[in-house]
Amino acid sequence: MIALLSRDLRLAMRAGGGFGLGLAFFLIVVVLVPFGVGPESGLLARIAPGILWLGALLACLLSLDRILALDWEDGSLDLLATSPLPMEGIVSVKALAHWLTTGLPLVLAAPVFGILLNLPAPGFGWLVVSLALGTPALSVIGTFGAALTVGLKRGGLLLSLLVLPLYVPTLIFGAEVARRGAEGMALGTPLALLAGITCGTIALLPFASAAVLKVNLR
Amino acid sequence: MNLNALWEYANPKKFIETTDRVLPVLAWGAALMLVAGLVWGFFFTPEDYRQGSTVKIIYLHVPSALMAINAWLMMLVTSLVWIVRRHHVSALAARAAAPVGMVMTLIALATGALWGQPMWGTWWAWDPRLTSFLILFLFYLGYIALWEAIENDDTAADLTSILCLVGSVFALLSRYAVNFWNQGLHQGASLSLDREENVADVFWYPLLVSIAGFVLLFVALVLMRTRTEIRARRMRALLARERMQA
Repeated sequence: MIALLSRDLRLAMRAGGGFGLGLAFFLIVVVLVPFGVGPESGLLARIAPGILWLGALLACLLSLDRILALDWEDGSLDLLATSPLPMEGIVSVKALAHWLTTGLPLVLAAPVFGILLNLPAPGFGWLVVSLALGTPALSVIGTFGAALTVGLKRGGLLLSLLVLPLYVPTLIFGAEVARRGAEGMALGTPLALLAGITCGTIALLPFASAAVLKVNLR
Repeated sequence: MNLNALWEYANPKKFIETTDRVLPVLAWGAALMLVAGLVWGFFFTPEDYRQGSTVKIIYLHVPSALMAINAWLMMLVTSLVWIVRRHHVSALAARAAAPVGMVMTLIALATGALWGQPMWGTWWAWDPRLTSFLILFLFYLGYIALWEAIENDDTAADLTSILCLVGSVFALLSRYAVNFWNQGLHQGASLSLDREENVADVFWYPLLVSIAGFVLLFVALVLMRTRTEIRARRMRALLARERMQA
């Protein structure tokens, strides 16, 4: 499993675009928003948590089809399926690799982008906390979507259609934590619910992803 | 009743034979109930003292919203049956129900917007109920798109039924998440079995009739579409066999 993880990480880094692309996309979203809604700093401060969460979510979505598609094309997924590793383990490692290459950089870069959007000072910590808690769920759910659409020729668009509705609860609670953090309100409830969603998806969804992947490899 | 007898209908031939007899009854029943309920509701009930004539949208809005949710529940059950017992009719019934459910969701949303404009002064508000219905609509959309995208029938049935299971969990999560996210504008449930006070009886009886009409309509449409799917699949098998022999 560790070998698989390090292989995926190496591939993501050396193939180029793995780390950078998501981040660059995130940056562009953040830069475009003020052009869309105007540069007024009060307004930006109010919508900053939501925009940052949405940007992170979209950046995450962008790289989902790379989780499994390349391995599917060159056949290494079939090899993995015949290996002694259980399929649930394989998809979990894939999700972890996706999070390390996409989610983690987003979490680390979010405060910098928060400055661009004039995020209020108390919000920075909670933004990072909420993204750190929420992005693993995004990766795990995304892996499920990638497993569903891996065999399809034009899976990319379908993948976003399938995955985006599944992202709703995570986005709601994540953005709520960030928003309440920025406004200095109590945020125990959404934080607990966000953590619950993440733990629940990590614990249960790999089984669904593995089942789906087995069907696709049949 | 012997519950095992239910599984006989998993045999496509038996299914077609039975629905041959049942379908006309259901279809006529649906037509009758719908006409009766809607005519009764539209022309023979008083206007509400606050809402005026707009209250009559309830005869379309409530039944379609009810069926939109129950259609998904039915798909969930038939998906489970497919995963556990692998009866093809079950998977096809889930496939047949999805577009019907999606249209019901659309009807509920559209009639709700028509009612909301004069009453709330807006076509759309990000109210929890409205939002979760929109999300339900997206789930239907993804489910149908996945069915359409996959060529192999059995693979498609497997993948969509797992999507239906996972989607159900997330739809439920979203339903309560949006509750948390915004306070509601939509009134509470106007029909429930465990409450003293529901809508007044004058509205209640025609509403019951049109709900029955919508249920029958849904069942009839799903049976009809399932039959079409079975026959289409049979036809494909025949064509394939002919090509083999040629």
